[in-house]
Amino acid sequence: MEVTKVINATRTFKIGEVETQALRGVDLSITNGEFTALVGPSGSGKTTLLQLIGLLDQPTTGSVFINGKEATRLNRDQRADLRKGAIGFIFQFFALIPTLTAYENIELPLLLNGMKPAERKARVNEMLEAVGLGERAHHRPDQLSGGQQQRVAVARALSINPSLVLADEPTANLDTENGKQVMDIMQKLNKDTGVTFVFATHDPRVIKYAQRVVTLRDGLIVENNGNSTKA
Amino acid sequence: MSQLLKMAFRDLGRNKRRSILSALAVSMGAALLLLFASVLRGEIQSAIQPTIQLQTGHLQVRAVSYNENKISLKWEDLVANPDQVIAQIQSLPQVAVATPRLVASGIVTAGEDSRGVQVIGIDPASEANQVFRQGLIAGQFITPDDRDSIVVGKPLADKFDIQVGEKVNLLVNTSNGNVDEQLFTVKGIYSTNTTTYDENTVFMPLAKAQTITGTENHASTIFILLKDQTQADAVAAALQSPDYQVLTWQKMTEVISQTEDLANSFMYIFYLIILGITATVVTNTLVMSVFERTREIGILLAIGMKGYRIMAQFLTEAAVLATGGVVGGLIIGGLLVGYFAVYGLPINVGAMGISGYLIRNIIYTQLTIKDTIILTVLTYIVTLIASLYPAVLAARMEPVEALHGIGD
Ligand SMILES: Nc1ncnc2c1ncn2[C@@H]1O[C@H](COP(=O)(O)OP(=O)(O)OP(=O)(O)O)[C@@H](O)[C@H]1O
Ligand SMILES: [Mg+2]
Repeated sequence: MEVTKVINATRTFKIGEVETQALRGVDLSITNGEFTALVGPSGSGKTTLLQLIGLLDQPTTGSVFINGKEATRLNRDQRADLRKGAIGFIFQFFALIPTLTAYENIELPLLLNGMKPAERKARVNEMLEAVGLGERAHHRPDQLSGGQQQRVAVARALSINPSLVLADEPTANLDTENGKQVMDIMQKLNKDTGVTFVFATHDPRVIKYAQRVVTLRDGLIVENNGNSTKA
Repeated sequence: MSQLLKMAFRDLGRNKRRSILSALAVSMGAALLLLFASVLRGEIQSAIQPTIQLQTGHLQVRAVSYNENKISLKWEDLVANPDQVIAQIQSLPQVAVATPRLVASGIVTAGEDSRGVQVIGIDPASEANQVFRQGLIAGQFITPDDRDSIVVGKPLADKFDIQVGEKVNLLVNTSNGNVDEQLFTVKGIYSTNTTTYDENTVFMPLAKAQTITGTENHASTIFILLKDQTQADAVAAALQSPDYQVLTWQKMTEVISQTEDLANSFMYIFYLIILGITATVVTNTLVMSVFERTREIGILLAIGMKGYRIMAQFLTEAAVLATGGVVGGLIIGGLLVGYFAVYGLPINVGAMGISGYLIRNIIYTQLTIKDTIILTVLTYIVTLIASLYPAVLAARMEPVEALHGIGD
């Protein structure tokens, strides 16, 4: 089943008189359980495409489907609802709320989804264990290392049992060891729970993890196939 | 709700100094409002009571044709045989004291200087004049038989630089429209702490005043104090007669109430300025906070938080600030008001002098529960309104723009 489908999407940014065509007609389909890498040189449109799929941004033309629903027809609040229940995000920066503890950061999307307290508690603890941070539950982000913060972000993205997890260069700010740890966790969660991952990256060591690699250049998909570099 | 509060406290806690300063701004605003209101209330009291004590009494009985502004001394404008009238008045049980007064305009001259005054002939022994006797700060009070002695107020003595025992020339209007003058010895100097009264009121015994003005056995008015000031209307009704006009203190102090209404409307301008400053500080704090937290707002939007919920977050923070601020304001304001209620607030009467309006030189603040509630709630609401703009600013952010810089 298709988790997301992008049809002939373009995205043009206009700053004053200058127009940048970040995406120039992209078609992409991601099916349930995939572990897909989005690669390409800097400025090729990876982030822009992830933002369209994640409903954080709207295409200039074309459409985006999530679980068969045409998201480009939804209003702002409806898109927020769809994100809340179906899409998890991991950013290059360890995008946590600094005033909340690891536990509370993971709990936040569950609160938004209205999960009952007992269930919520069990779920947060389960996620903390899954990313190996059971001991750090009540640490705030500034009391955690970069790798630990990113693992909290992974746990938060996965806590809602999303259909789709989007990660934009999740290891770019991590050293090799921590980057590997995060990728291993993501891969394990993909295998164990069947959650679909799409991640943008430059890093060959990260690309190795992918089952499928989609290559962008100048806003167009130039290659879309199984992973030839896969270990 | 508890989640909103929890996050509000933590967000305010991350820049404690800024949060405390802006709560303090709300506190100062609320405290100033309470202080202004209490000064105004205190002033109303400090204006009406001295006016009653010194000038109007609770009731006055005058000849029908007497016009206070003309200070007429014609016999037909005066009360004849005041002692008989007083005997009648004092038979009423509500009356504490009734005493005759003869009012004439005059000019005091000492050395080069001269000054217009009102000369009042009084019964020096009357209870009603106790306030002047007790206010004596130098020399002695006049006695009924004095024929060349007067008592003057301290501001007047200061202006002329005259001491007890020195002589001044006093020129007085008379009943037949002429003037008479005589040298008087300043026997005593009094102060009622009411500069607007003391600076132009000179006392002499009634008999002497009647002699010099040629108003033998007449008085301008019968000055009456009641045991209970709320009885004024009842007593006035009992005294009603075609021969006299009877005036109540409410009628005679009308100008004060009207002036107070005017003062009140000026106060609203003060209130607006204070609340405007408070609102600006709150808006600024929260706008700064919104910009500093742009990325977090982006994260919250990404995980599916809706605009209204983000708005609610900032409003909750404002509500916490407002609550802290208002509580602080009640404490600071309460201390200020309490201090001035006990020790009084000296005021510059010269700057506030309004004719027909006596203000004591010191105001004792008074705060009513109603004023406190209204002003506290007003501060609270204004703080919340001031937070609307930043809250809407946060709620309207686009996820991609808010996240800008992340993942690039
Ligand atoms: N908000 C924006 N306003 C204007 N131009 C933008 C905006 N976001 C992206 N672009 C432009 O669109 C193009 C694609 O950018 P995008 O961020 O998608 O590239 P990327 O593949 O993620 O690059 P990188 O590997 O450096 O992260 C670039 O030329 C970029 O400058
Ligand atoms: Mg990018």
